[in-house]
Amino acid sequence: MSEELFPEPGWLSEEVKTGTTIIAVTFDGGVVIGSDSRVSAGESVVNRVMNKLSPLHDKIYCALSGSAADAQTIAEIVNYQLDVHSIEVEDDPLVCSAATLVKNISYKYKEELSAHLIVAGWDKKGGGQVYATLSGLLTKQPFAIGGSGSFYINGFVDAEYKKNMTKRECQEFVVNALTLAMGRDGSSGGVAYVVTIDKDGTEEKCVLGNELPKFFDE
Amino acid sequence: MALTSHVLEPSLCGFNFENATRNIVLENGAEEGKIKPPKALKTGTTIAGVVFKDGVVLGADTRATSDEVVADKMCAKIHYIAPNIYCCGAGTAADTEKTTDMLSSNLTIFSMNSGRNPRVVMAVNIIQDMLFRYRGMIGANLILGGVDCTGSHLYTVGPYGSMDKVPYLAMGSGNLAAMGILEDRFKVNMDLEQAKALVSDAIQAGIMCDLGSGNNIDLCVITKEGVDYIRPHKESPYNYKRQAKYKYKSGTTPILTKTVNKLELDLVHETVQMMETAASS
Repeated sequence: MSEELFPEPGWLSEEVKTGTTIIAVTFDGGVVIGSDSRVSAGESVVNRVMNKLSPLHDKIYCALSGSAADAQTIAEIVNYQLDVHSIEVEDDPLVCSAATLVKNISYKYKEELSAHLIVAGWDKKGGGQVYATLSGLLTKQPFAIGGSGSFYINGFVDAEYKKNMTKRECQEFVVNALTLAMGRDGSSGGVAYVVTIDKDGTEEKCVLGNELPKFFDE
Repeated sequence: MALTSHVLEPSLCGFNFENATRNIVLENGAEEGKIKPPKALKTGTTIAGVVFKDGVVLGADTRATSDEVVADKMCAKIHYIAPNIYCCGAGTAADTEKTTDMLSSNLTIFSMNSGRNPRVVMAVNIIQDMLFRYRGMIGANLILGGVDCTGSHLYTVGPYGSMDKVPYLAMGSGNLAAMGILEDRFKVNMDLEQAKALVSDAIQAGIMCDLGSGNNIDLCVITKEGVDYIRPHKESPYNYKRQAKYKYKSGTTPILTKTVNKLELDLVHETVQMMETAASS
């Protein structure tokens, strides 16, 4: 009976999930990677401005989804491992090395962890690459989407993706996809973070809620 | 981490449930019947933090509840971590106390070893690492705030090990009410009095609208110059004054009999060990 006096809100003990939309797209010469910014614990939004694009190295980023703690920890561990690796080989690491490290952790601890990371970046051997590492598999794809909001935009990305888009078209494609997903998925929202990586460097951008493109439901 | 001399070495993988078998034995009782384990004291709290122009303001209520009884009316929920870092804890009282104690000890050893003042981000990383390793079994929701050489920072760490860096924050069971006040009135680069008023009002909203929070409001202002721990910043107007003294005069309970048993102890073994007390540079 003591529990009914002031029942502890469920979200206090619930695991914090990122319930997300993440997307990464290659273009000729680089990649564009984007995410929303909502972190939820049950029905409550814990952080409405979280940047889910985590740098693994100067030109390699990963997008986090699933359990916030698990995803952040995987990103930190791989960041450390990549640093050690790049000192050992005395060169910038390859994107597929980063993706393999993430895949190793995701596969080995498949039962304990519930996080899905998309790894994207640029290296001089392969140019812009995107790797999906869901549940410990590793595939190189021209584009990848993930998170709870991705289900709503599967049709959109399949229809709208074209090969050989320019950097500008890719950025628009990513922002449109994120906007549509945030509009339909309750666990995605807030602002859109977009990172563009090419041989000249990394450009981070934050598109605020009122600057997002408007679609039919306005 | 290069300087890894932790006080209580938690480097083993996985959980450390050394006391679990002991607890089971105690609970299933010996001859006298079962021994009830003490109930976990939950702080059912409102804690909040705000970054302002010159530093960080942390605030907390002071009620600690054990089920429906207020166990402590003047509980201190703002814990010392380092001279420039303080931490508010919500969740299970024992967990927040012990976690912050361990963190504080580790950081003190680190500063002695390296000669550097600890940074807030270092405290966050140590805490996050430990809480993640225990997979949510440690019920500590923490707000860490402090000022170091890189600026003023406010972080939150959840019981599963997730971490967020934000300019304003509320946690605990009263956090929804407090967050409403913070979202409405927070501005970047506020001055000290505005920030104190904002945090105080946010905690007040939590106290009014949440049963698990109450009594007084504590504030802790951290700036480059130092720390101002204001306890209490605002007292509850419902202070109960005791009507009479509860102290009994000696002689109230009559002594019926008195026996003295001398313990016979034999000196079994004696060793002398010389200490090296030569001064060395």
